[in-house]
Amino acid sequence: MHPLLEVISLARMFGTRAACRDISFTLWPGEVMGVVGESGSGKTTLLNCLSGRLEPSAGRVLYDTRTHGPTDIYAIGEPRRRLLMRTDWGIVHQNPRDGLRMAVSAGANVGERLMAVGARNYGAIRAQAAEWLAKVEIEAERLDDPPLTFSGGMLQRLQIARNLVNHPRLMFMDEPTGGLDVSVQARLLDVLRGLVTDLGLSAIIVTHDLAVARLLAHRLMVMRRGEIVETGLTDQVLDDPHHPYTQLLVSSVLQP
Amino acid sequence: MTAMIRVEALAKTYVVHTHGGTAIPVFADVDLEVTAGECLTLLGPSGAGKSTLLRCLYGNCKPNAGRIHIRHNGGEVDVTGADPRTVLDMRKRTMAYVSQFLRAIPRVAAVDVVAEPLRLIGTPIGEARARAEALLARLHIPERLWSLAPSTFSGGEQQRVNIARAFAAKHPILLLDEPTASLDAGNRAEVIRLIREAKADGCALVGIFHDDEVRQAVSTRDYPMKGKSS
Repeated sequence: MHPLLEVISLARMFGTRAACRDISFTLWPGEVMGVVGESGSGKTTLLNCLSGRLEPSAGRVLYDTRTHGPTDIYAIGEPRRRLLMRTDWGIVHQNPRDGLRMAVSAGANVGERLMAVGARNYGAIRAQAAEWLAKVEIEAERLDDPPLTFSGGMLQRLQIARNLVNHPRLMFMDEPTGGLDVSVQARLLDVLRGLVTDLGLSAIIVTHDLAVARLLAHRLMVMRRGEIVETGLTDQVLDDPHHPYTQLLVSSVLQP
Repeated sequence: MTAMIRVEALAKTYVVHTHGGTAIPVFADVDLEVTAGECLTLLGPSGAGKSTLLRCLYGNCKPNAGRIHIRHNGGEVDVTGADPRTVLDMRKRTMAYVSQFLRAIPRVAAVDVVAEPLRLIGTPIGEARARAEALLARLHIPERLWSLAPSTFSGGEQQRVNIARAFAAKHPILLLDEPTASLDAGNRAEVIRLIREAKADGCALVGIFHDDEVRQAVSTRDYPMKGKSS
């Protein structure tokens, strides 16, 4: 078995400042990796580099493609990278409005992903869209409503359905529960946890919420000032943190 | 007899950087072996490092020195050097752990919390739920609670859910941290029966039992923890 993703000495500069540097890790099929750290630590930049949306200044990102095996995603052309984004990856943005088309119906938001990879039968597309809305606990009667009429938590679940309908192998999520109130968060986390277990998805989840990381991630990567300062099994990193920064992070959380 | 667990020269010191790098030695020079069908009891006063040692065995805590060899998938794996993926596989197939507290997951029903370890190793959902329900019934969790999330349960009920979960998949190694601390006599007796059945099945157990009655009923051997060597 190959790792699904292999990252080798990745760095991204903005001018003379490194937003992230010296990032190396492997992600295996079925693994969920959490990336934690304070804002400005380079988490989102890293996620953008990994998901083909921001070319790194140095280093390589190898993705195990279904047809050609491990492939440097920045060595292939833009069209092939775009195809990978449509067929293999899902990207969940922190602000669901960045990942949805707000003017078309909820069902169309999910259905157009199927059409992008060749589905043409209207009935089948609509049925699949309805099935996915049900999986993320959005009532079937909202299928034809535009997302403008949805609450924040529903928008986030719709964005997830839109991303999962093509059965991606790898999901990139940027603060998927950010800005949601806690009861909505719990519901979303429960949906995500179920999907990850049932579908055997791999995912990289950027979050600053350690409880979210504990619930969803198998492994953690702690970032500070663009570098990885600690990695390991999620519960080990949180329960027995070694790096001073991780200790500070863990001890700063309010326990309800 | 093959050793299921072999611990060699294990040492643990916590270093608290947020407190000026204070070093807190917990234990050193821990050597022990546990074979199948045995229940080893960790003995020692509070602060001797009993829970920390159990957590090290489970891969939840990183020792500073020494080795922990665990019998896993027909070979031996050193937990202290294993990558996260391997440790997770060991937890899936080889070792279960009862902590002192249940970390409840929002919205997941008690029966599914208990059935989850079975689901992870591919047991069909019906069979997994049936085994979970049998365990919950044995531990006197009222049937009306099975479909509720345990976050609303009492401390004793949560602990019993925790115990049921750990015994569900019949792992070859069980690590028990005060499993009977807040249980009444009837439930204590049931836990003793569960531990004896596991031993008879060839499970290797390591436990911390403050309750003398429980310890005498299940323990094969004691391991006194000397605590910090410095």
